[in-house]
Amino acid sequence: MSRPRLINREEASSPPTPERELLVRLHDLMVKTRVLEERLIQMYKQGHGYFWIGGPGEEAFNVPLGMLMKKGQGLDYDYLHAHYRQSGTLLALGEEPIGALRQMKNTASDPYSGGRNFAGHFSKREWNIAPVSSPIEVQYSIAPGTAMAQKRHGGDGITIVTGGDAGTAEGDFATCLVWSSRPANPLPILIIVTNNKWGISTTADGQHGETRIADRGRAFNIRSKTINGNDPLESYRELKEAMDYVRKERKPFLMEALVSRLYGHSSASGANFVANEVDCVKEFEAKLEKEGVLTREQMDALRNRYSEDLATAARLVRDEPQPAPESIWNHIYAEKK
Amino acid sequence: MANMAQAIRMALHYAEENLGVMDIYGEDVGPPLGGVFTATQGLKTAWNSPLDERGIIGTAIGLAMAGQRPVAEIQFADYIFNTIDLLKIAGNTLWSSNGDWNLPMVVKTPVGSGIRGSLYHSHSFDATATHIPGWKIVIPSNPLDAYGLMLAACQELNPVMFLEPKALLRVKGEERIPGEPDDDKQLSKMIDAPLGDRSAWKPQWPSLERYEVPIGKGKVVREGTQVTVVSYGRTLPLCAKAADTLREQGVSAEIIDLRTLWPYDWELIKGSIEKTGRVLFVNEDTEVTNFGEHLVRRTVDELFYKLLAPPRLLAGKFVPGIGLADSLEMASVPQLNDITEALRKLASEEP
Repeated sequence: MSRPRLINREEASSPPTPERELLVRLHDLMVKTRVLEERLIQMYKQGHGYFWIGGPGEEAFNVPLGMLMKKGQGLDYDYLHAHYRQSGTLLALGEEPIGALRQMKNTASDPYSGGRNFAGHFSKREWNIAPVSSPIEVQYSIAPGTAMAQKRHGGDGITIVTGGDAGTAEGDFATCLVWSSRPANPLPILIIVTNNKWGISTTADGQHGETRIADRGRAFNIRSKTINGNDPLESYRELKEAMDYVRKERKPFLMEALVSRLYGHSSASGANFVANEVDCVKEFEAKLEKEGVLTREQMDALRNRYSEDLATAARLVRDEPQPAPESIWNHIYAEKK
Repeated sequence: MANMAQAIRMALHYAEENLGVMDIYGEDVGPPLGGVFTATQGLKTAWNSPLDERGIIGTAIGLAMAGQRPVAEIQFADYIFNTIDLLKIAGNTLWSSNGDWNLPMVVKTPVGSGIRGSLYHSHSFDATATHIPGWKIVIPSNPLDAYGLMLAACQELNPVMFLEPKALLRVKGEERIPGEPDDDKQLSKMIDAPLGDRSAWKPQWPSLERYEVPIGKGKVVREGTQVTVVSYGRTLPLCAKAADTLREQGVSAEIIDLRTLWPYDWELIKGSIEKTGRVLFVNEDTEVTNFGEHLVRRTVDELFYKLLAPPRLLAGKFVPGIGLADSLEMASVPQLNDITEALRKLASEEP
């Protein structure tokens, strides 16, 4: 299993311990994700893509999720039914960021959709990453299907589904709770809601009135918890505990992670940085610096390095061809080989 | 001979024994009921789902992603409309992922009029289903085709919509399903669940054989020279009957059972129209943006100079529903007399 390359791993300023290694790894991937998203936004603004949507502000949660997933293809591995803010999870699984750039530029080389779908709409069957689709919350109706197959199969592979808080107003979220918790067949599924308190331009108080979204699990006897998704260590710890429970008990778990939305909903709302929400990368870096895990210089060097890498990748992608017009007829049906 | 519900049941039994089907599910699909039309009685992998159509279609997509071969049922097509975006997703998953994820899944649902089902047990779905690319759509008009199409559907790599004309589900076939016993009563005794307590009942399945109707192949059910009729589902046997009546009056009609709506057998239709110069498309879905309109358009585009008369469509009236009263249902969707008259008129039409 390939692991993401870690720039600050070897040149640590304090001695390597498992705890330190985790912090460095979390930081590395969070920065890499942020730089990727900022590069995608820049590409959009420079006219190298039609639309941007992504997950800056969710790195502290999405990165640990990817680190903890059991990566592979088929029932023995974890399935991910994600929404469109999941780049941190993909990078943590070891995905090369250039693929996201290709999708932004809708090139034929786009590994997720061949130039057919928006940025952030990942798909990778080799790792059980179900295709992200734009309709809000449909993945919550689909996910219990893979979980059912895994329940029957046995083993410790689980299904993970993610979506936003505003989307929980859709019936598909209720579908997920109902189908996951039937006493006749409870499912090994981790149901995640990243709560950024927004639905495009509508605030949470115009969307839903439950005290905590996680409370909705209670009515179904689904173990549930609300966590601070802006804290990578808390996210890592809580996700690990929840995933261990789902893996072992083969029962559902509902996790609500409070996160930020740092560049608005999408390019449709301008994709400009918002200063009044918690920036998980900034907070984490302050902590790492204060605790002597990494120096400011090391962290700046890391960011510059990823920025350069992605600038190079963007230049490469810029010259790659778009899909051929006649390719619209490809892959309407699968054919027996 | 088996009726269509029994044929589907036997096909699904064959599929769960031989084709890797592990989930046949939907509302009241499992024991004790075995489906509101009995089409899933006695099947070992049949189970009851929550009363949630979006969950049924959504989980079928998920099961297919996980490499299973689900057969999911929507109890009546009237209740499938709140799943349209999920049906769209099932149809675009392979395409949107540029060939990465295919979905081997079957959705079966009873369609159309014929049981005095009023507004919400009479809907057709062929016009809507054929607006959703990425699916294969089949609709049998007799038990043997139902058996053969279901076996083909359960081996597909792609989503298949299996439309069951509910008026025909209890109609016995004229051709034997391979393996079906000679005696109808014996078949019923073997595979129909008893009334009352069924908890100890187990079906005795006949030793069924593999028989497939290839998806995409229509069938000429009456040969003729003067006019072509293309139909499917409930109206198909009516078209055949109309042709038989008119034959006695000197009108020779060729009747095509389309069987698959997508991808459909254009070669068969084209060959027949080239021969007859006249065509009537018959189905019972509402006539505006009807699938038959597409066939009319293609006929005009490709066969205009072969035509002796304008291509015609006989379909359901564009009204909000099918009313309960017999008079209302009869007036809303094509009946035998409507088809016979439309055929007679077209056959005598001259340029």
